[in-house]
Order: sequence, then structure tokens, then C-alpha cells
Amino acid sequence: MNSNPLAAGTPAPDFGLPSAPGETLRLSALRGRPAILAFYPADWSPVCGDQMALYNETLGEFEQYGARLLGISVDSVWCHAAFAENRKLRFPLLADFEPKGEVARRYGVWRAEDGTTERALFVIDAEGDIRWSYVSPIDVNPGADGILDALDAIGAVKERP
Amino acid sequence: MSHLKPSVSQADHRAGPEDASVTLVEYGDYECPHCGRAYPIVKRVQQALDGQLRFVFRNFPLGEIHPHAVRTAEAAEAAAAQGKFWEMHDVLYENQRALEDTHLLEYAEQLALDVSRVRRELQDSTYADRVRADFRSGVRSGVNGTPTFFVNGERLDGPWDFEGLMNAIERARAGATRHA
Repeated sequence: MNSNPLAAGTPAPDFGLPSAPGETLRLSALRGRPAILAFYPADWSPVCGDQMALYNETLGEFEQYGARLLGISVDSVWCHAAFAENRKLRFPLLADFEPKGEVARRYGVWRAEDGTTERALFVIDAEGDIRWSYVSPIDVNPGADGILDALDAIGAVKERP
Repeated sequence: MSHLKPSVSQADHRAGPEDASVTLVEYGDYECPHCGRAYPIVKRVQQALDGQLRFVFRNFPLGEIHPHAVRTAEAAEAAAAQGKFWEMHDVLYENQRALEDTHLLEYAEQLALDVSRVRRELQDSTYADRVRADFRSGVRSGVNGTPTFFVNGERLDGPWDFEGLMNAIERARAGATRHA
């Protein structure tokens, strides 16, 4: 593993990436609530309950902390749109497509040998600082437990409905 | 490394001896084809380790991609309330293509359950909280798709074919003996 993910305590580098054809999402626009960045290698991984599909099922758990989830890969917006529609995803997928992997490089999770990102997670607090980061073995879906533990640890306020 | 939280308790559906040296926990979804593939494999493992393995099933319905998953999990819980959880669990995995409510009630009848009670409990979503609690425990334990297995509380990240499960169980037994 040649990546060196930005560590807890580092301000999260701001970026703007396409979230849909003609739409850009800026990380700094989410200030005031926690954000979860989930870098993953590619859309269309061939299993049921893959990482993004799993997070789609666990969105309710993240929302209890007021946290916003963003999926990021080097796939294009059109690929993301088809993938999100197929899996009925209810959170944005960002296209780190041009220049390819630029945001992944800034977060230290670019895989030069594959031309994709690592399978990496970052939890960012309401002030925009990274509070937890994790790189999973590329073929192991990390699940959501680490994210929830990190949200607990930073004392993200639980919003019980 | 992801660990099972909470650990196995009286509230769980358990098969096999309580004092077995190894407990295998599956988080599964009755509509998931991979879980359907795992079902006969787990049966084979249980037979191979007859009397030496405790098997536990927890619900992890992926309701966004499997429209019948939550409902079928509730039907299995309704059967559990009448003492026939494993019987319903098996019927559901053996009939993954027939999981409409009418089918669920047919299965209840085949298992000689009080069908009107099952119908009422499904209508009232009596076991929705129980199913959701299992799901939440799975999320907290690092479940990363279905099926996900835990061997003595540790998530199994390797293959779950027969050899994969047997090897993981063998390693856990060796560990349990060493620590005993």
C-alpha cells in the first residue's frame, strides 16, 4: 500500500467536484455538520450489498448525527448517475474524474498502479477538520462501524427523531 | 478488525450447544441470493461439526435493494414467537423466489403456526423493532454486505465456502483451546 492518508487533526482540503451533470458540490458548503468522505475504487463492483449499497442502507444511522455522506471515485458523472439509479442511492457520488484523481491525491489515497483511489474513509467535523481516517485493504469493504465510532468519538450531536 | 457487538445472548436465535467452543454468527437477508447460496453451506458445516458448533442468525435486511427482505425477516420473527424460527428460516431460504405475503402465510400454515396471529403480526409490523435492532447491531459490528459471518466474535473477511468456514472455525477452536 503506497498511500498515506491525511491523518486526524489535519484540516480537510476543500474541493469542488461534479455531483451530477452540470452540478458541483463543494466540501466547504457542508460546514456546520459532520461529513463522511468514502473513496472507493469503482462503480459497479459485482456483489450485493457492496460498500455504497451498504451505506445507502445505513444512511439513517449517519443522519442521526447530522452527518452528510459523500461517495467519491474516479468514475465520470454519467457512470455515477447510472450506478446511483441502478442501486437507488440516496446520497451524492462525486466524480474525481478530471484531472483524474486530483482530490484523492490531495487526501493521500491515490493508487497510481491502478489509476483508482484507495478504499478510504474520512470523517470530518463541523469545523472542517479531519477527525478520523482509515484505508481498508482494497478488496475488503470496511463496513460502517468505524464511521459511527468516529462520529461518537467526536461527540457529534445525535438528533433523535 | 471488526467485532460482534453486542455478543450473543438469550435474545438471539441459536442452534447447537450453548457451551460449544465455537459460535458462528451469520447476518443475513432472506432475499439475498448470496445468502441463499450460503444456506446449504452452513447446513453442511453444522452437520460436519454436529454437537460442536453453535450457530446464530441475525437479521440484516437490505431493504433498499430487496423489497421483500424486511417483511420476510418479520415473518421469521413471527414464527420464532411460536417456537419455529429455524423451520421458517429454512423454508424462506428454500423458496427465495416466492416471498410475497401470500407465500409467507402459506409457509406459516405448512409449519402449523397460528396463521391468523402471523397475519396480524405482519400487518402490525410487530417485529419491525426487533429486525431493526439486529440490523443496527450489524452496522455497529462491521457487517459489510450479506451474508457476513463472525467466528467467535471476529468478522470473517475470507471466503465463506465450505472450506473457508471450516478453516475459520478450526482456527477459532485452536485459539479457544489455547486460551482455555
